[in-house]
Amino acid sequence: MTASVDADFLALPLDAVSQAAIDTGLSLGASHVDIRIERVRTGILDLRDTTPETQTDDSLSGIGVRVIVNGAWGFASSPEISVAKAIELAHVAVALARTSGPLSTEEIVVAPEPVYAAKTWVSEYEIDPFSVSASDKIARLADLSATLLKSETVKFTAAHTKFVKEQKHYADSYGTSTTQQRVRMDSEIEAFHVSGSGFESLRTLAQPAGYGWEWMGNDIWNWDAEIAELPSLLAEKVLAPSIEAGRYDLLIHPSNLWLTIHESIGHATELDRALGYEANYAGTSFATVDNLNRLQYGSPLMNVTGDRITPHGLSTTGYDDEGVAAQSWDIIKDGILVGYQLDRRIAARGGRERSNGCAFADAPSHVPIQRMPNVSLQPDPNGPDFETMIASVEDGIMIKGDKSWSIDMQRYNFQFTGQQFHRIKNGTIVGQVKDLAYQAMTTEFWNSMKLVGGPSTYVLGGAFNCGKAQPGQVAAVSHGCPAALFEKVNILSTVAEAGK
Amino acid sequence: MITPTELIERITAAADYHDCVVIVQYKTQANLRWASSTLTTNGVIAEQHVTVIAFVEVDGGLATGSLTFSDVDPSQYAAIAAAAADVARAAGKSDDAVELLTDTTYGDWHGAHQATGPEVFSSFAPALGESFRQSHADQIELFGYAEHTHQSTWVGSKGGLRLRHDQPSGRVEMTAKSHNRTRSTWEGRPTRDFTTISMADIDANIRQRLAWQERTSAYEPGRYTTVVPSGAMADLMAYILWTSSGRDAFEGRSVFAQKGAPGTTRVGELLASMPVNLFSDPTYPGLETSPFVVATESNQFTSVFDNGVSLPRFDLVNRGHLDSLITSRASSARTGLDFSPVGDNMITKLPGASGDLNSLVAGVDKGLLITTFWYIRTVDPTTYLLTGLTRDGVYEIRDGEVIGAVNNFRWNESPVDLLSRIAAVGATEVTATRELEEFQHTAAPAVVFRDFNMSTVSQAN
Repeated sequence: MTASVDADFLALPLDAVSQAAIDTGLSLGASHVDIRIERVRTGILDLRDTTPETQTDDSLSGIGVRVIVNGAWGFASSPEISVAKAIELAHVAVALARTSGPLSTEEIVVAPEPVYAAKTWVSEYEIDPFSVSASDKIARLADLSATLLKSETVKFTAAHTKFVKEQKHYADSYGTSTTQQRVRMDSEIEAFHVSGSGFESLRTLAQPAGYGWEWMGNDIWNWDAEIAELPSLLAEKVLAPSIEAGRYDLLIHPSNLWLTIHESIGHATELDRALGYEANYAGTSFATVDNLNRLQYGSPLMNVTGDRITPHGLSTTGYDDEGVAAQSWDIIKDGILVGYQLDRRIAARGGRERSNGCAFADAPSHVPIQRMPNVSLQPDPNGPDFETMIASVEDGIMIKGDKSWSIDMQRYNFQFTGQQFHRIKNGTIVGQVKDLAYQAMTTEFWNSMKLVGGPSTYVLGGAFNCGKAQPGQVAAVSHGCPAALFEKVNILSTVAEAGK
Repeated sequence: MITPTELIERITAAADYHDCVVIVQYKTQANLRWASSTLTTNGVIAEQHVTVIAFVEVDGGLATGSLTFSDVDPSQYAAIAAAAADVARAAGKSDDAVELLTDTTYGDWHGAHQATGPEVFSSFAPALGESFRQSHADQIELFGYAEHTHQSTWVGSKGGLRLRHDQPSGRVEMTAKSHNRTRSTWEGRPTRDFTTISMADIDANIRQRLAWQERTSAYEPGRYTTVVPSGAMADLMAYILWTSSGRDAFEGRSVFAQKGAPGTTRVGELLASMPVNLFSDPTYPGLETSPFVVATESNQFTSVFDNGVSLPRFDLVNRGHLDSLITSRASSARTGLDFSPVGDNMITKLPGASGDLNSLVAGVDKGLLITTFWYIRTVDPTTYLLTGLTRDGVYEIRDGEVIGAVNNFRWNESPVDLLSRIAAVGATEVTATRELEEFQHTAAPAVVFRDFNMSTVSQAN
């Protein structure tokens, strides 16, 4: 396991640059100064069949300086990392805060946090993906694609891999100073069948996570086994009957349910949304503060936590982008809304004593805002395994893999599709169906959850591309969950919806 | 920091192989964000992306590899040029290799980047403050965002490319809520310099729409005649553009593939019920964009081998017919489709059409007027069925007049199919998308669609 931050990042004048920004900001009258020095390296490798189509290796670096002056924010950033630039940015940020004063009718206050001096934290991974040669990466994806292309069912393949190494040095005027390094991986391979009547596709179910290149072996996720199975599943999907719209019991596999959790719980329990801070862009939330400790969000089987400590979680870190130590807390307990996600500004605004450490900025040029921690549905400690859950369904559908997702601006109405839809009758899978989407209202859906799987069904899912804020920011986040069974969910026929 | 042109000259000089293209994109931006009629964040931003693309000879042809940095230490130029070449050799012969463009110039190569900053808001900010004060008095909450960006792009190569383009862009978005947030509306305005933004005009529009919401009715899901404003129309059309890869269609994995005829596309097919055009044109007045290809990566739409190639007008839909699909020179050769690269703007137009949103509403006996679409995603790529929601105001039209508001909906529709259900089209205007912020250079008309599929009700307001 990698134990330290890369030497070439530590070789940057982190302390000198940080101190220059902090000293300058304070001398100009700021009551709060924080600075992030970042380098975010992102690699993308896409293969069209077995040939590379897109290859990028992008190292984004720079400084972001944020101040509070007379109760107003100011922020400035630059790609240049130097003491002189840090001083200049502090001047610009302070000037911006002063000119913003007349537009700021609400005094900016941040919740207090203990000081953490000279802390270092590195995520758990084995192999830095940027240390693996491009030819080895291409070879692994090409091998998996070639295996798929041997099947008569598979006409084309598309392989996508994205790998990120994020290095951040944070310091503030209270004395906290942290230096951190996180690595994450995301890969998927899609197989296409093309015939005279059109095309159909099926994608792998592997989930992105905080691993290095070791994730592309078979020890963490059995890629070889999944690729071997994919052509027959695709062949069955091609011939599968279209679903008839109606209400069905849904057994949702974690490879699909993570995204429903993300959209209908994760975003709905961000306090900045509930207060209206995202009303112009990402939206607000039905889970307003008057609902705290009262709203029956879901069935009593529902227990949801927020955390930034889950091993290999995409949101896992040592300290957030405001110097708050990583924590874990309840969001929904026995079906009742009991908690929110907070950063230091939103914690103070919401009357909380402390932030739970959800501040994140995706680039040095963006301000830290409240972003999602790992939000996870807890398994039933005594719950059933997946086969037992299938056996419990008399007449329903089992869904695996995510595909299409959409939810309204207050997180009420959602609609999701998936990769695989397996019809269950009398406790047995009888074959695939296709062309379906499930649509529901958030609390109606979660209150219909009648069975939660045990620990053996639990999977850590997630995504790299959660969007929020203006200017737009993306964040990576994990959602662990077991399989779960939902009663009489509205199933749409996408063929009928298309008017065909 | 070293100047972009000097950086390009020195890296390309260090490249001891077939060719090397260096793209420098330097961006400055000022932004303001507000909620509940008070400023919440702001920023003065500078970003730089230096992309070094190596083209090296390998067995059977050319290989390419690229590396991108924010800042490059002068001592590293030779090492970076060599590292990009190593990536290229590891990748092997490129699928999209064609002859590289050389010895071409455009724009003010040596001119410095003209930075934008908070001074661009010198008139706008006081007007915004006045709107805040008035909104407090009237128990209206304002939420929104203003952004102004200057981006300079230099494309230089060992082979003699010396191309420069400067792109200003900006926008204002305003969401207004009243009556304990039970009423909500939105207004978006594009701008290149903020001199065209009238807060008084924005304020008048949002107040009119909040007033429309005094009377509300509950509507059931169903298919409705629907009036779509220009910004929402641009959001829908952008999705069509995104599925217009010529190679994808040629290979049968796109809605524009010809079913039952492998290797053929729907180019030439009549798609629309009215002779509308959907095109990109770098010279379109008010939406001028880069007149040459800037490709930091190859993908299904473009190729790094096409860097610097001129961008003529691209007609995706012409007089209602699918006219062209997006190709690089390599995918054009592979598919037999015309070489048709696409630029950074998108225009929808019915030649000769006139009238604004209000005149379209006046022509509808019974229907809905939406404000914006939200959370649009692909449900079924084979039919290009999309799902999405209406947001911040859906209005009931009776006998040509707005008579009140109705609930929001989730909709399921294919924008390709919707083209065949256009009932009326207004004049094209430069407009602001809501869903697709990255599509900042768009013009579209307001449009009336028949039988728009409002699939389920959304409680959001």
